[in-house]
Amino acid sequence: MSGGVLLAGPAHVDDLVIRGARLLDPVEGVETVADVRVDAGVIAAIGSDLETNGHRVFDGENQLLVPAFVDPHVHLRTPGREDEETIESGTAAAAAGGYCAILAMPNTDPIVDDAEVLRGLIERAEHEARVPVGFMAAITKAQAGAELAELGELAAAGAAGFTDDGRPVAAAGVMRRALQYNAITGRTIAVHCEEPTLTRGGHAHEGPVAAELGLGGWPSLGESLMVGRDLALAEEIGMRIHLMHLSARESVELLQRARAAGVQGTGEVTPHHLCLTDEAVRTLDPNVKMNPPLRSEADRIALLDALRDGTVTVIATDHAPHSREEKEAPFEEAPFGVTGLETAFSVLYTHLVEPGLLPLETLLERMSAGPAAAFGLERPRLAVGAPANLVLLDTAKSWVVRSDGFRSRSSNSWLLGKTLRGTVTLTVAAGTIAHTA
Amino acid sequence: MSPELRVVGDEPLPPRPERRHLLEIGDLDRDDVERLLATAASFARSQQRETKKLPTLRGRLVVSMFYESSTRTSSSFELAAKRLSADTLAFKSSGSSVEKGESLKDTALTLSAYDPDVIVIRHPQVGAPRLVADHTAAHVVNAGDGKHQHPTQALLDLYAMREATGNLAGLQVAIVGDVLHSRVARSLVQALGLVGAHVVLVGPPGLLPEGLAPSTHELDAITSADIVYVLRMQQERMLEGANFVPSLREYTARWGITPERLRAGQRVMHPGPINRGVELDPRVADSPAALVVDQVRAGLVVRMAVLYDLLTTGPVSVETAAEVA
Repeated sequence: MSGGVLLAGPAHVDDLVIRGARLLDPVEGVETVADVRVDAGVIAAIGSDLETNGHRVFDGENQLLVPAFVDPHVHLRTPGREDEETIESGTAAAAAGGYCAILAMPNTDPIVDDAEVLRGLIERAEHEARVPVGFMAAITKAQAGAELAELGELAAAGAAGFTDDGRPVAAAGVMRRALQYNAITGRTIAVHCEEPTLTRGGHAHEGPVAAELGLGGWPSLGESLMVGRDLALAEEIGMRIHLMHLSARESVELLQRARAAGVQGTGEVTPHHLCLTDEAVRTLDPNVKMNPPLRSEADRIALLDALRDGTVTVIATDHAPHSREEKEAPFEEAPFGVTGLETAFSVLYTHLVEPGLLPLETLLERMSAGPAAAFGLERPRLAVGAPANLVLLDTAKSWVVRSDGFRSRSSNSWLLGKTLRGTVTLTVAAGTIAHTA
Repeated sequence: MSPELRVVGDEPLPPRPERRHLLEIGDLDRDDVERLLATAASFARSQQRETKKLPTLRGRLVVSMFYESSTRTSSSFELAAKRLSADTLAFKSSGSSVEKGESLKDTALTLSAYDPDVIVIRHPQVGAPRLVADHTAAHVVNAGDGKHQHPTQALLDLYAMREATGNLAGLQVAIVGDVLHSRVARSLVQALGLVGAHVVLVGPPGLLPEGLAPSTHELDAITSADIVYVLRMQQERMLEGANFVPSLREYTARWGITPERLRAGQRVMHPGPINRGVELDPRVADSPAALVVDQVRAGLVVRMAVLYDLLTTGPVSVETAAEVA
């Protein structure tokens, strides 16, 4: 399903029929109850009472069949921390969450800043991946923020895009050169916006909660200052830029202004920043420690507004697996990050769609078409002739998030013990049945 | 020791489920504070006798886990436990398996295998006591976690303030100095709020976190205070190059507490250790206005009260314990 961007995944394709589901593809304008037949991985027919042709049949009655999700921000921890996640476990988690494609971050050990490492990962993914994976490569060598990685060679070797995620490109001059030079690759540069001298020692949003708990502050300005800088650079150079995991009101305001002025900037938000505020940090539970941190209610509302009005077009999980030992530590010692692939749709459906805060169509678009567009991937769609990238959702069914219920090798979820509405019955990714409930 | 004592824990008393631990001042309400201060006062009377040891917690085990240096807190907890006849086991991170990389959770599990009744923990990181509480059946007392909380310090400060001024409600307290890095300040602000005292925070702008209490960088704000509570500049908690103040010299010139900056009748407190000549002029530290030694003395009886309160059913029998023993 790549529009020039290489995604590595399962080679075989399946035949199947999904009976009687409610089809919804807001971008294609599809909203109907119908059968869908997939022949050799391609949507061959949409209609009523379709012949099954001996295909495997799934009952979709009273369920929702939509374009499968795309997550452009996943940490697969491979190579280096296969105890936390592998390509196989991470893509199985993605399939279980309804994703048909994910992009893996390059901050591994070794860092993906060299074509050999990248080729090795692509080869492994061809054997292991349950859903197609694109591998992002580093913007700078060793993600040290000083020298550009060989963007041209990395793109030729199959890099899906470039990011130093986990770290900022702190020097404006380096970021400017990267954006200029990236013109040769046509890939997206995705930036982790953090001004390190403002966030040093920060463990929680700088505000009354961190002040009371005595946690080092990570101020909103630590993000928005870099958002402003990077949008200004993108405007000057005339290049596309993607802003990852936005958390602050000021950041989305800057993005809105820049987009209105014609800057090709896209923005991304995570389920945890849409559902939680720094009030959750009072528990001192390391599973609510993320970078950027959970912010105030005003920030959360601003992110939600930006998601609704289209300033932000991408929902990404920033799925960041960590071992139990690492997270069973005092808050300040515990690493940043939470898992999210297996809970993203359910938690957003439960917290935003059901209470009427976000239209279902908008959620679906921001989890699929939006991220695909931001990274130049082919958009999953419900149309005859399109590759089958489908997810069947049961929005009437509830489930309880449990640490032993994940396909991911890690269970550092902020939702442990919570009841969520909405389950994934079936995921078809690039024509392959990737997950069945 | 008298045979008629009713508080000795031969028969195990069920812990009060509503407060199994003392992790932060937020675990307490005003009644809890009043009861603890009253209990401490009765223990103080017991400490004026020739035989200072009470049999109250005989057979109980109090384990202390100190991951940070401490003089007053560790010694007073140990003495408090001993004065109540509890066994004590002091664990220090240096020279232990922590240096071999043992995690806090594993150390807590290991020490819990001795079935302690109370674990007293000090740790450089916020939330460490809660982590220990999650992995032990013992009552956990926070003896200071990072910049977060130091609840027994706040209680002993209330005790010393009441001893010195007679009243807590309506008391005016100015906390001066490095509030940002101070767990003492965070606990004390909450504790003073519980008892109806008024607080103002005074210090360099970058060291006054927003939202804790009214704050100002103008030292004149101490004029109306009954108590001037002086904090140490915690340079060990400041990241290199953080530039909170240009120099200690400039800090002292502007915010140092000198006799000239105090008015008659004001009392001065400091949680220690004091950097003499930096935040506190030695002439003040050594003057009758300073309550520093009273605070240390209060530390012993307040910590006795905290241990007693966690391990027995209530305040009534402490009078018995103190009067009869």
